[in-house]
Amino acid sequence: MELSYEDIGDLRVIKAQEDRIDAAIAIQFKDRMRELTDAGPARLLLDLSRVDFLDSSGLGAVVAAFKQAAPDRRLELAGLSPTVAKVFKLTRMDSVFTIHANAGDVAEKFARAG
Amino acid sequence: MGRAEQHLVSRAGSGAHGLHLLFPGDAQSVRQALKTAMAAFREMPLGGSLSGVVEIVLAEVLNNVVEHAYAEHGRGVVEVEVELTPAGLAFCVRDDGRPMPMGDMPVGAAHDLDVAADDLPEGGFGWFLIRELTEELCYRRIGNRNQLSFRIARDANAATP
Repeated sequence: MELSYEDIGDLRVIKAQEDRIDAAIAIQFKDRMRELTDAGPARLLLDLSRVDFLDSSGLGAVVAAFKQAAPDRRLELAGLSPTVAKVFKLTRMDSVFTIHANAGDVAEKFARAG
Repeated sequence: MGRAEQHLVSRAGSGAHGLHLLFPGDAQSVRQALKTAMAAFREMPLGGSLSGVVEIVLAEVLNNVVEHAYAEHGRGVVEVEVELTPAGLAFCVRDDGRPMPMGDMPVGAAHDLDVAADDLPEGGFGWFLIRELTEELCYRRIGNRNQLSFRIARDANAATP
């Protein structure tokens, strides 16, 4: 499970470098997210643009990462593929997360503000 | 159903109108089988967004077999049969694992998300997704075998919110 990150002022953009977040890697994802969020700034953005598919275990791991970060840090999402977006919508998790079309736009705003 | 092997043991009868897969009941084999199945579905005359629905449902069904019927011990075989019909895709998934609790499928109700962050659910989405996206979902215990059959309609994608 590979996650890369970049800090832009008070924003940490974490990019999932996998094409799937599924039952086989959900626990690794959750553990790695904890490492990256515990030491991170207050705003966290998870860029899922490389992820084609996420199953219910992957969804659970993203929710777990959101809970790990709260209440001091806020985890938002960006770059959902149509299938990933469908899983969020069907489970209504799209009402819990702030979801951006792409990470670049958010990062640019932060870079300008910084 | 034969003994479990490390690889996909059969892809008999796959073609434009159906698919037949037999593979070991562990997480990595399920990943590989899903990949094979999705490649086969891409060759069938289905819309791109319908194949997303198919992948969600099949992944949840197969994860359940690995995690519950075979209880993560990784022994045992899973059989998936898919038939392309005018109405959509008809699936039949069989395994030789433990029966469903109480002999029936979990309810898979929607979660209440109007809760504090700490109380958000991290699981229990699988059966909800399966029930939302399928029709004619039917579970039967036949001898020592579980059989789950369901259909995914061609317009399943349009029917979702």
